[in-house]
Amino acid sequence: MNGSLPISHWQRLWLYALSGLVLLFLIAPSVIIVIMSFSDSTLLQFPPRQWSLRWYQTYFQSLEWRDATMVSVKVALMTVLVATPLGTAAAYAINRGTLRFNGTINGLLTASLIIPVILIGIGTFFLYARIGLNNTLTGLVIAHTVQALPLVVLTVLSGLRSYDMNQERVARSLGAGRIAAFWQVTMPQIRFSIVSGALFAFITSFDEVVVSLFISGGETTTLTRRMFNALRDQIDPTIAAISTCLIVLSVVLLAIAQVFGRRS
Amino acid sequence: MSAQSALLEETAGGVGEHLNAQALRADARRESLRLLALLSPSLFLVCAIIIVPIGWLFWLSLFDETGALSASNYARFFEQASYIKTFVTTFKVAFIVTGACVLLGYPLAYMLSQLPRRAASICLIFVILPFWTSVLVRTYAWLVILQRKGLINSWLIDLGVISQPLSLANNLSGVVVGMTHILLPFLVLPLYASMKTIDTDCLRAGMNLGAGPVATFRQIFFPLSLPGLASGVVIVFVLCLGFFVTPALMGGGKVVMWAMRMEQTTSLYSNWGAGAALGVVLLVVTLALLGLFRWLLGARATGVWSSR
Repeated sequence: MNGSLPISHWQRLWLYALSGLVLLFLIAPSVIIVIMSFSDSTLLQFPPRQWSLRWYQTYFQSLEWRDATMVSVKVALMTVLVATPLGTAAAYAINRGTLRFNGTINGLLTASLIIPVILIGIGTFFLYARIGLNNTLTGLVIAHTVQALPLVVLTVLSGLRSYDMNQERVARSLGAGRIAAFWQVTMPQIRFSIVSGALFAFITSFDEVVVSLFISGGETTTLTRRMFNALRDQIDPTIAAISTCLIVLSVVLLAIAQVFGRRS
Repeated sequence: MSAQSALLEETAGGVGEHLNAQALRADARRESLRLLALLSPSLFLVCAIIIVPIGWLFWLSLFDETGALSASNYARFFEQASYIKTFVTTFKVAFIVTGACVLLGYPLAYMLSQLPRRAASICLIFVILPFWTSVLVRTYAWLVILQRKGLINSWLIDLGVISQPLSLANNLSGVVVGMTHILLPFLVLPLYASMKTIDTDCLRAGMNLGAGPVATFRQIFFPLSLPGLASGVVIVFVLCLGFFVTPALMGGGKVVMWAMRMEQTTSLYSNWGAGAALGVVLLVVTLALLGLFRWLLGARATGVWSSR
């Protein structure tokens, strides 16, 4: 498709150079953090003169950081368990397109992508203060589920769009019940979209900062909230080690999503 | 005889159709109910966690401290200099960051759209990976790079370019760099997607008719890429207006943006009315910008949010 334009790569050299710099700008910060997390020094030197794993040791040995990590992992896993089935069910219903207020429903479900997250944070805190859900795991899971829902819905919806719903009708006309038809015919064909949606839900919850700042605390302090507070006070190289773990997590989840995406 | 049978048939058909229609309608109604049942848990959660609290905050913003109905929470935006300063800062940052994203993102998206598929998907990893890395991690990285004893300052001092560290973080420039880095993928991804749909034959036709590369780009490619650029610009601008993490961590307390102001008024001063009013105005501005954009470009803009 391209390359047939009579412009040589040589003429475009400046474009490649500029784009290369922009790509470097995008990736360099993560690379620098990963390298610096293996430094031996408390000072921020780059490249580090001595290598060590001491910041990872500090991270894993610190009770506070470990607790915060456990809270985040728990909340993210529970968010996946709640948001994935709810989002899949909603996407299935929206995909039928027969409901009268389909557009409105779609808008409502994806509202959290558009509404400023600070407003959601304050609103949720305000609501939770009335019903006693602040600083609870349940409250965090509910809030994160709402944040993750649009991603699950959109991902599953895009899977359903390339699936022919008539197959499910055929199964039902052959005597399968509704649930059996979905489970045995539709589900296997959209399962990669569902898995991608679940991964997005996990990372959305795990990386969520603003809402957690308002509604988590005490024993349910999430990793991101603790990091935010630590960054406000001082820049500890331990955070480089934690950041590296988060970057690795993103890479792994993204790679899995990519593999599943290619198969669907 | 034939007339009679025709009449009979018609009646029977009519009755049959009638019965069928009723059954079909009942079935459709049942089907709708089932679909609603599938949707109800999600809709309930969204309404309970987003719609109801925001409505509640809006209600609160209409009353002053004494509990009397008043517009004082909104009037103070025009009266108090500190609020005006916050708005000015927010829009200033939003304009600079959006401009920087366009300057950096357009050439990148253009190059990606011209590359062969394989090379483009490799380069796209560099865009998508930061996109999925925590905002906190990326803000921390920029703090490490830009602060007083950070990488850039220590390099420049080692090289003898400067003797005193430059103040790069904890001010406007730090916020702008950090936010540009975080928001750049929000511009590049929709722009790239729309550039991919531009038909290369149009460009080739232009060149065939004697236009040089520059004229072809300016007169054919650029106008065709404008809808994609516009959607990226709107997303970035709107996200800038409500951005919290980076200005809070990199602004050094000097750069107070809209979202920070909301956090301070509610958490620090517990002034819910004022904080809620700020939130309402932010939401209205956001929705107005998105609405204006959709109106200008038709329904084309609806897909852009699915990129994340």
